Amino acid sequence: MLDFVTTIGRVIISFLVATGRLALFTLNALFHLATPPFYPRLIAKQMIDIGYYSLPVVGLTTIFSGMVLALQSYTGFARFAAEGAVSTVVVLSMTRELGPVLAGLMVAGRIGAAMAAEIGTMRVTEQIDALVTLSTNPMKYLVVPRILAGLTMLPILVLVGDIIGVFGGYIISIYKLGFNPATYLTKTYDYLEFMDVFSGLVKASVFGFIISLMGCYNGYNSKGGAQGVGAATTNAVVSASILILIFNYIITELFFAR
Amino acid sequence: MTTMEPKIQLIDVHKRFGKKVVLDGLSLTVGKGESVVVIGGSGTGKSVMLKSVLGLLTPEKGSIKVDGEEVIGLGLSDRERVMKKFGMLFQGGALFDSLKVWENVAFGLIQGHKMDRNKARDIAFEKLAQVGLGAEVGELWPSELSGGMQKRVGLARAIAASPEIIFFDEPTTGLDPIMADVINNLIVKCVKELGASALSITHDMASARKIADRIAMIYKGKIIWDGSVAEIDKAENPYVDQFIHGRAEGPIKMEVKV
Ligand SMILES: Nc1ncnc2c1ncn2[C@@H]1O[C@H](COP(=O)(O)OP(=O)(O)OP(=O)(O)O)[C@@H](O)[C@H]1O
Ligand SMILES: [Mg+2]
Repeated sequence: MLDFVTTIGRVIISFLVATGRLALFTLNALFHLATPPFYPRLIAKQMIDIGYYSLPVVGLTTIFSGMVLALQSYTGFARFAAEGAVSTVVVLSMTRELGPVLAGLMVAGRIGAAMAAEIGTMRVTEQIDALVTLSTNPMKYLVVPRILAGLTMLPILVLVGDIIGVFGGYIISIYKLGFNPATYLTKTYDYLEFMDVFSGLVKASVFGFIISLMGCYNGYNSKGGAQGVGAATTNAVVSASILILIFNYIITELFFAR
Repeated sequence: MTTMEPKIQLIDVHKRFGKKVVLDGLSLTVGKGESVVVIGGSGTGKSVMLKSVLGLLTPEKGSIKVDGEEVIGLGLSDRERVMKKFGMLFQGGALFDSLKVWENVAFGLIQGHKMDRNKARDIAFEKLAQVGLGAEVGELWPSELSGGMQKRVGLARAIAASPEIIFFDEPTTGLDPIMADVINNLIVKCVKELGASALSITHDMASARKIADRIAMIYKGKIIWDGSVAEIDKAENPYVDQFIHGRAEGPIKMEVKV
């Protein structure tokens, strides 16, 4: 019995310690985000990595999701003779939920893992120590550009993803389900509100922050050679994915709960 | 003991990792313009000592002074200012693998000293030539170099900004005897011509005799012997005697099972 309590206690303490360390790291990163020097070249490089090179992945995920969404909602709504709602369902689900969440999860796998692996390798091969001895702050040089890029590029990716997803739904609706193109598009616009898109983009920005933060944090604190870097990579992806789903709920609640 | 003005002073420094005590009251002084070599068995804390001075590790107890200024627990901007005095060659090279060889060498000049890129590039190629690497090597990536070449690039990076204090962690390990001697000469030249103070670690007694004004031996986290190069052969210290003659039998017991 006592063993059991000790174990629980130990788990809780290590959880609190980990949370505290992450919080400190976050504050530290935000402090350096706001103070010079800045590294425009590195920021641009990260933006291209995250924004441009993630386009294919995000495009593919969202187009197929838009397509399947049209198919499924048609089947469902046909039972109530409400097929006309398909376009609305597609555009609302895409902009509010699927766009940000899918893009977030895909980018977490693609970019979060790469960040943790790169920074983790730099940690275990003493490259981060070398940065310090060359009068360069690793938080500013490595972490800040990645966080800035995540924060700004995810909304752009999601906006593109939203459009591609809606387009996927449109293709299925027109060519497979036999909707009238003009009516379908009109309905898509008419029921779409600014808040639907905007909330999705806010989510995207938060997710981008989470992805970069978890990638950098896990990489920065990795130890013990290749194995440690592997563990950091896994942790970065898993923790970013879980946090994305949690914050997705929280932000939805903040925007739409009355 | 030295009568020169001290550049670096370590006084009663203690450092442990968990239960493992690595530095156990280590004291050592490096005078201005002096070249001190620390010898000692593998795993006795030589690299940990250098990293403690650089602030990469924080000792639990003791004092480390650079130009009379206490450096343990320095704030961020003070740390960066003090770092500008240092050049460090890491034992494993610690080259940035995302940057070309010349960019590695020029890194401290561009980032730390805000030098113009082209000017820094010229200096980088000059330093590479000094360590016996031609211009074509400058355009390669670190991963394309042999171990000994990486070491020499690390050396070029450490001396690129003409620092006041240079740390060399095993500068000649992995080099052929001729190149090792070239590097020894280079280190001597840095100390004599630039007036730099040097603290080097080596297992290579020939190198130690050549580059050192003074040799210190570390054992079990303390400096157990300290004297000029001329004195070391007459040192009536059984530990030093065993080490410089490389005998398996003696007071230093290697923890191996035969
Ligand atoms: N970051 C660390 N975490 C835990 N233990 C460490 C760490 N760094 C060093 N040590 C331990 O401290 C001891 C001294 O390490 P150090 O790297 O200073 O040895 P060294 O004298 O430089 O040896 P070598 O000549 O082999 O390079 C070792 O036993 C090592 O296991
Ligand atoms: Mg070492």
